[in-house]
Amino acid sequence: MLSSALVFLMTPGLGFFYGGLVRKKNMANTVAACFAIAIVISLLWVSFGYSLAFGPDRFGIIGGLEWLGLSNVGSQPSSYAPTIPHSAFMLFQAMFAIITPALVIGAVVERIKFKALLLFTALWSTFVYVPIAHWVWAEGGWLRSLGAIDFAGGTVVHVNAGFAALIAALVLGKRVGYGNSSFEPSSVIYVLLGTAMLWLGWFGFNAGSALSSNSLAVHAFVTTNTAAAAAGATQMILSLVSRGKASIVTLSGGIVAGLVAITPAAGFVSVMNSMIIGAAAGVLCYFAVLLRTRLGIDDSLDVWGIHGVGGLCGALSVGILAEPSVNGAAGLLFGNPGQLIAQMASVAVTAAYSSALTWLILKLISKTIGLRVDRQEEMWGLDLTQHGELAWG
Amino acid sequence: MKMICAIIRPDKLEEVKQGLRSIGIKGLTIYEVRGKGRQEGVKWSARGHEYGLDMLPKLKIEVLVSDENLDAVVDVIAQKAKTGYVGDGKIFVVPVEEVVRIRTGERGKEAL
Ligand SMILES: Nc1ncnc2c1ncn2[C@@H]1O[C@H](COP(=O)(O)OP(=O)(O)OP(=O)(O)O)[C@@H](O)[C@H]1O
Ligand SMILES: [Mg+2]
Repeated sequence: MLSSALVFLMTPGLGFFYGGLVRKKNMANTVAACFAIAIVISLLWVSFGYSLAFGPDRFGIIGGLEWLGLSNVGSQPSSYAPTIPHSAFMLFQAMFAIITPALVIGAVVERIKFKALLLFTALWSTFVYVPIAHWVWAEGGWLRSLGAIDFAGGTVVHVNAGFAALIAALVLGKRVGYGNSSFEPSSVIYVLLGTAMLWLGWFGFNAGSALSSNSLAVHAFVTTNTAAAAAGATQMILSLVSRGKASIVTLSGGIVAGLVAITPAAGFVSVMNSMIIGAAAGVLCYFAVLLRTRLGIDDSLDVWGIHGVGGLCGALSVGILAEPSVNGAAGLLFGNPGQLIAQMASVAVTAAYSSALTWLILKLISKTIGLRVDRQEEMWGLDLTQHGELAWG
Repeated sequence: MKMICAIIRPDKLEEVKQGLRSIGIKGLTIYEVRGKGRQEGVKWSARGHEYGLDMLPKLKIEVLVSDENLDAVVDVIAQKAKTGYVGDGKIFVVPVEEVVRIRTGERGKEAL
């Protein structure tokens, strides 16, 4: 329960992280979007999301309706987590379900209609998040049966969100003025505040994924912190070398990239290898962001570059570096090349399914209620035009 | 000498700055301000009620220029800050008595 509370903190934390990165006129909208997503998914999850994701398996593809409205989900432990009440496991999973669509919207902030965002959240969670969570995590899910491992959501949360974000950025298009005026972050201090909340929450995310307070949880805590620091350090150095000064935005992004990359691996790799994973993620994500910029894609807050690429890096490295002495699973370097293949399959399926369905959902919204605010509303800013309230009164 | 005070959209600062630089104007001061013009902000209605926000965020730019440069600078700002939609802003020109450059003690045009 403590872990769930910590993970919950990540969504408002993400709100502040994102809010600090956008322009002042869109800050309240961006932070509020994360809260609105928490509202929508909290209701959706207990109503039917949890049952479809984790309920008794149907054909490896989706959960059944037996747990609709949380019927049969009570204080008795489930087979997912034998030492905690089933409803505590459900709650923990709810927090993951909340943060994932919140990650996605970082790609389309400053231009997506608030109503479209709400509709997208509900549809995307139902048709993208829920099935993928089932495939990877649920008993009987077909990717899980393939042998893919994902300690705390590298694939389900980050690869999934990262690729959805890339598609969303392409479908919505660039912000007005992208490329010819500088989009000043409203506040690097809020970026740091958000990073702090994410970093803290991530301990719940990864350590809590051990699903009990044991030595595995402590191990995941240590690997999480180590990878975050290693990725933060690499991006800080890359930034220092390339522009002569260490950018606060870059180093915060580095910390997040490390947290993302260690997510699937936290409970499977040694501490020294978590440092390598973090450093690798720092470098890869740094260049992914440069590449994204070079391609002129307005994934506004680099969700693909950090979560998509960081998630890929983590999911594949667990296939290489998983160490039997930590938690049973063995990767390529420990004599089990099959693990890497299972990881590749799981990542490829997730990225492909997420991209395709995200495109479909966005096209549907675009044809019905519309996706983007009009040009003039975008100039005024979304705080004013979507909420009638300003961040700075 | 004249003081040009321009109230513009915050987003247009970058373009205005570049425009001024291209005609050799370097010094300027900006303020974050809020204001309203003829439309008195934005209004919307729902279920028979009127809602509105009148004092909208704007940016005020002050540029001190010599009389010869006045027209060129006003033109650049007007051109760069324009989007064509309501709320593009205003430019006021105010006469200035004296300027002192503190480090050197220069006065008048030399001090600009
Ligand atoms: N008469 C005025 N006195 C002082 N400030 C003004 C005046 N008119 C406008 N401003 C300032 O300029 C800003 C922008 O004004 P705005 O461009 O809306 O003027 P407008 O006359 O309504 O023109 P438009 O019809 O293009 O909107 C206002 O928010 C306010 O700060
Ligand atoms: Mg007006």
